Amino acid sequence: MTKSELIEILASKQSQLAQKDVELAVKTVLEHMAQTLASGDRIEIRGFGSFSLHYRPPRMGRNPKTGEAVALDSKFVPHFKPGKELRDRVNEGMERGLEIRDSGA
Amino acid sequence: MALTKAAIAEQLFEELGLNKREAKELVEMFFEEIRRALEEGQQVKLSGFGNFDLRDKKQRPGRNPKTGEEIPITARRVVTFRPGQKLKQRVEAYAGTQQQ
Repeated sequence: MTKSELIEILASKQSQLAQKDVELAVKTVLEHMAQTLASGDRIEIRGFGSFSLHYRPPRMGRNPKTGEAVALDSKFVPHFKPGKELRDRVNEGMERGLEIRDSGA
Repeated sequence: MALTKAAIAEQLFEELGLNKREAKELVEMFFEEIRRALEEGQQVKLSGFGNFDLRDKKQRPGRNPKTGEEIPITARRVVTFRPGQKLKQRVEAYAGTQQQ
């Protein structure tokens, strides 16, 4: 499922908002989530999961083209921990024999 | 403070003028539809944010850390999140402003 498919599904499942409004709302939600992580805060959605930042210490890396050593600064990377309901439902999908499918785009 | 569904809905109300009930329902549906796709084995790709991928894990040997007893970890399907390039870059930039 892609973002545009998600928007279509949400638009079709409710009657109050036009597709354009749903599209704007979805983009606003994702932007709010990205902005939260970018400012170092967590996201906690019960039954879905939580997003947090994990610290990566500085390390020596290598330029893959030249083989030259480069010092890489410490950084933070986004991390997602699925919540119990999501974990259970995904696992039930496997038990029901549903194959993993990649989305269209 | 962590971002919650209530805060996301509040922002849809304030910024987009959705009424409070619409905003709350939309946020609820947003996460529910992602869960539903994943439950059905469908991976989810949200460009600019990241991908929710699925992986099947085989059964493997495990141990109860308290008792030391051996118990197999059953085969399972797990969700992994792969942040998109744009999100990774935005989050990385945070390290620079961090007091450590």
